[in-house]
Amino acid sequence: MLNATVAELSVALSARRVSSVELARLFLERIERLNATLNAFITVDGERTLDAARQADARRARREGGPLTGIPIAHKDIFCTRGLRTTCGSRMLENFISPYDAHVVERLASAGTVTLGKTNMDEFAMGSSNETSYFGPVRNAWNTARVPGGSSGGSAVAVAARMAPAATGTDTGGSIRQPAALTGICGLKPTYGLVSRYGMIAFASSLDQGGPLAKSAQDLALLLNAMAGFDRRDSTSLERAPEDYARMLDFDLDGLRIGVPAEFFGDGLDAMVRAGVEAALRWFVAQGARTVPIRLPNAGLALPVYYVLAPAEASSNLSRYDGVRYGYRAREYEDLMDMYVRSRTEGFGEEVKRRILVGTYVLSHGYYDAYYLQAQKLRRLIAEDFSAAYRDCDVILGPTTPTTAFALGSKLDDPVQMYLNDIYTIPAPLAGLPALSIPCGFDGQGLPIGLHLTGNYFSEAQLLGVAHRYQQASDWHLRLPPELP
Amino acid sequence: MSLSKDEVDRIARLARLAVRPDESLAVIERLNRVLGMIETMRAVDTRQVEPMAHALDVVQRLRTDEVTETDQRGLFQAVAPAVERDLYLVPKVIE
Repeated sequence: MLNATVAELSVALSARRVSSVELARLFLERIERLNATLNAFITVDGERTLDAARQADARRARREGGPLTGIPIAHKDIFCTRGLRTTCGSRMLENFISPYDAHVVERLASAGTVTLGKTNMDEFAMGSSNETSYFGPVRNAWNTARVPGGSSGGSAVAVAARMAPAATGTDTGGSIRQPAALTGICGLKPTYGLVSRYGMIAFASSLDQGGPLAKSAQDLALLLNAMAGFDRRDSTSLERAPEDYARMLDFDLDGLRIGVPAEFFGDGLDAMVRAGVEAALRWFVAQGARTVPIRLPNAGLALPVYYVLAPAEASSNLSRYDGVRYGYRAREYEDLMDMYVRSRTEGFGEEVKRRILVGTYVLSHGYYDAYYLQAQKLRRLIAEDFSAAYRDCDVILGPTTPTTAFALGSKLDDPVQMYLNDIYTIPAPLAGLPALSIPCGFDGQGLPIGLHLTGNYFSEAQLLGVAHRYQQASDWHLRLPPELP
Repeated sequence: MSLSKDEVDRIARLARLAVRPDESLAVIERLNRVLGMIETMRAVDTRQVEPMAHALDVVQRLRTDEVTETDQRGLFQAVAPAVERDLYLVPKVIE
């Protein structure tokens, strides 16, 4: 059962081969056993989980509910959960209990999923290694001396180590796809606007998007079916007819045009990662897909553009943490200004403060045009590159990350080296496009390699179909980390 | 372009943050590395390009101007650091 996909667990629940309470107990025990080593969860409330599982079993007994009723899942600790602590990986929210549920949490609960707990993450989702969490780093299940990626590192490791069948995450510049790649699982960032940001603690609002992490593309589709949907409480939520994201899982690969951008296979790409990705491409070609060489000439600007726009939006979003209405307040202060400064200086960690400083600088008087406006203009050029490419291809294929999981602590002294991990994942969110990562092999040290597929707007069903077909012919996504305690 | 200690202190004040003297050197050095990386985008000629503020070209949704929220003061103030008689407490602002 620990290794079963959500789709398989759903069948087992329907056939009454297992109950939701039994599943909840199984995963809670697994969390209990592994979390001291992996640190994937910040908060677990077993009683609350079992209560929800009992309710799910009751729903199933009444022949109510749907495919996800009774499925245990983990939520990234960026999603507000009423009555269950939501920290966002920060001292600032160490004791924060949200008065309401995020839309994603609400939707998954009404679909009948059972929350196992809240997963560890980089503080305010700012990081690519999960080392910026106030609650300590998450360790990679494949090698505990390696990082799991970030910022949804806790969610990724929870799935990789079989502490949860699936988990929610958020992606701003790669925070779902990069950790999925580094931990050998699957992760999808939907088209901007499909998943409501209500109750999802804000980092960079024009980029932030929630999405699922799971073992298979099919599971991603099942979860996205529950997560996506219009919500009037998010001003950028899209009003679209509901769709079944699993409807194209038997997608015919014959004639599929796969765009391969030279920019994603240049210097800095590890040879083993390249080999894994190229082997996957050859498999698609053998099924009748066609390779189309494409250019994304401005892709090299995506990193600096992102590190202007995301910190700018973050500096504005995080101004709400003032120690007045909620969150951390310093113990001692002299006056109102001193209370703000001390509460924020003590409540935020180093990376968050760095991004607030960068964002404040690029938005400050005299620099706005040179940085913020320039970055917004380049964002358009990057988006237009994609539009031009999609005239000639259906999906764009490349590596998710330049290397496999790196050693804990190895990039902490140089923020730019850390940021370079997201070089292939940043362009898609700048354009608002959907993209996913699925496992496509292992390097010489047994660490997972991620295959990155970017689709055109609202092409999630096709992307998931392409990924599912690959997974029907491979078992990379079903491999287990060796020697877990 | 490289920021000096005074410039970093000025930005920190704007952001309501303080840089501790013992961390100052490392903070400035790392901040300047990030700004150095960002600098590379400034050379591109974008005079003919419209800025893109949002991923999708959609019109802002409007709603009718009516009250939709109920009073949940107790619920929301339950998570506040300091509250008295339904008011958020802050240090004295007006002498």
